[in-house]
Amino acid sequence: MEGEVVLLDFWPSMFGMRTRIALAEKQIKYEYREEDLRNKSALLLQMNPVHKKIPVLIHNGKPICESLIQVQYIDEVWNDRAPLLPPNPYQRATARFWADFVDKKIYDLGAKVWRTKGEEQEAAKKELIECLKLLEGQLGDNPYFGGKDFGFVDVALVPFYCWFYTYEKFGSFSIEAECPKLIAWAKRCMQKESVAKSLADQEKIYDFVLHLKKALGIE
Amino acid sequence: MADEVKLFGMWASPYSRRVQLALKLKGIPYEYIEEDLSNKSSLLLKYNPVHQKIPVLVHNGKPIAESLVILEYIDETWRNNPVLLPQDPFERSMARFWAKFIDEKILITARKVSFNTGKEQEQAIEELTEQLKLLENELKGKPYFAGEAIGYLDIVVANFLVFWFRNLQEALGINMFTQEKFPIIFEWIKKLVKINVVEECRIPKERHLVYIRTRLEALKSASK
Repeated sequence: MEGEVVLLDFWPSMFGMRTRIALAEKQIKYEYREEDLRNKSALLLQMNPVHKKIPVLIHNGKPICESLIQVQYIDEVWNDRAPLLPPNPYQRATARFWADFVDKKIYDLGAKVWRTKGEEQEAAKKELIECLKLLEGQLGDNPYFGGKDFGFVDVALVPFYCWFYTYEKFGSFSIEAECPKLIAWAKRCMQKESVAKSLADQEKIYDFVLHLKKALGIE
Repeated sequence: MADEVKLFGMWASPYSRRVQLALKLKGIPYEYIEEDLSNKSSLLLKYNPVHQKIPVLVHNGKPIAESLVILEYIDETWRNNPVLLPQDPFERSMARFWAKFIDEKILITARKVSFNTGKEQEQAIEELTEQLKLLENELKGKPYFAGEAIGYLDIVVANFLVFWFRNLQEALGINMFTQEKFPIIFEWIKKLVKINVVEECRIPKERHLVYIRTRLEALKSASK
């Protein structure tokens, strides 16, 4: 029933990590293919002609693009194990809302923190912390955003945890100091094999961004 | 137990009209509350504290925000026909992909078309034409985006293109969205407007043209 599963990805991508986590949670065997984003493969361009971006999930030759869409697809096809979305429609809507919130806010704000300086950076840091605090509030006293169980919002957010070190170093601040519960949640997620194996090493991400900044001519 | 459904919306918003169309297609009775976006009600702020935007659906006192999230909620809660999202997981992914493409790319390009003039506007028009062609491709060989009957992606495209963009282009005095350029979409529009509730959800044209023109004027003078 599994068929052939291929993931076109780029190791530091928090979006790719989401799909890796979902595949690991469902224990799906797949072929991981690393893309060089400065030299995109013909397969990537063929499978995602609209955006030309990773990650791309290819299942039995058919491409699914956009990480949260991939995670939902994986959850719906392999629906006999490790559910990521709850059965109740209102809880599903809440999960989709917060995953969408992560998509709308965290990536861009994080990028501003490592890319910019001065007032722009300060504003981004402030807003990032506000958003993370909102998420922390949503977590409440639950072990996971999914409640007792690891779920859709956990998958959507936890990949950013390996990027926090980079944000903190460039932004000279501590996310743990502001959002201790969120960091505790992230460490709890890292206890799971699916998460630990899917996230990149935070020091490697920092090195990657250092090199990227030089290449982009950003000081 | 009787269901209590409320929709906080705004008459000129294609996002708001999407939800109205879904509710009407499913025959779900609801109370509509018009929001004045320059003076948001305390109820709206209570129901959507994170984004403070419309539309918000409130079902038996519980709020759901973000129009695409609301559409999926409606489909999962009221499982009568028309079923809005495809049953097949791959087809569902495609529907979600294109809806996201409309919200994240097409709407932004449409705004570029509105706010620019001259060469920048021409470039934006070209970009938008390409994006709409990609969308039109999805309709090939099918009566509706969703297949045999109207569904999720039809609702999203209809509200953007048919209700909102056609008025926008008229207000701007441009004519890029035409039958010649987009024959397949125009065939689909002919089918769409035969559905009663679709016409009921149409943004009133004259009022909308005035609204768009007023907003564009205000933005132009603000940027001077």
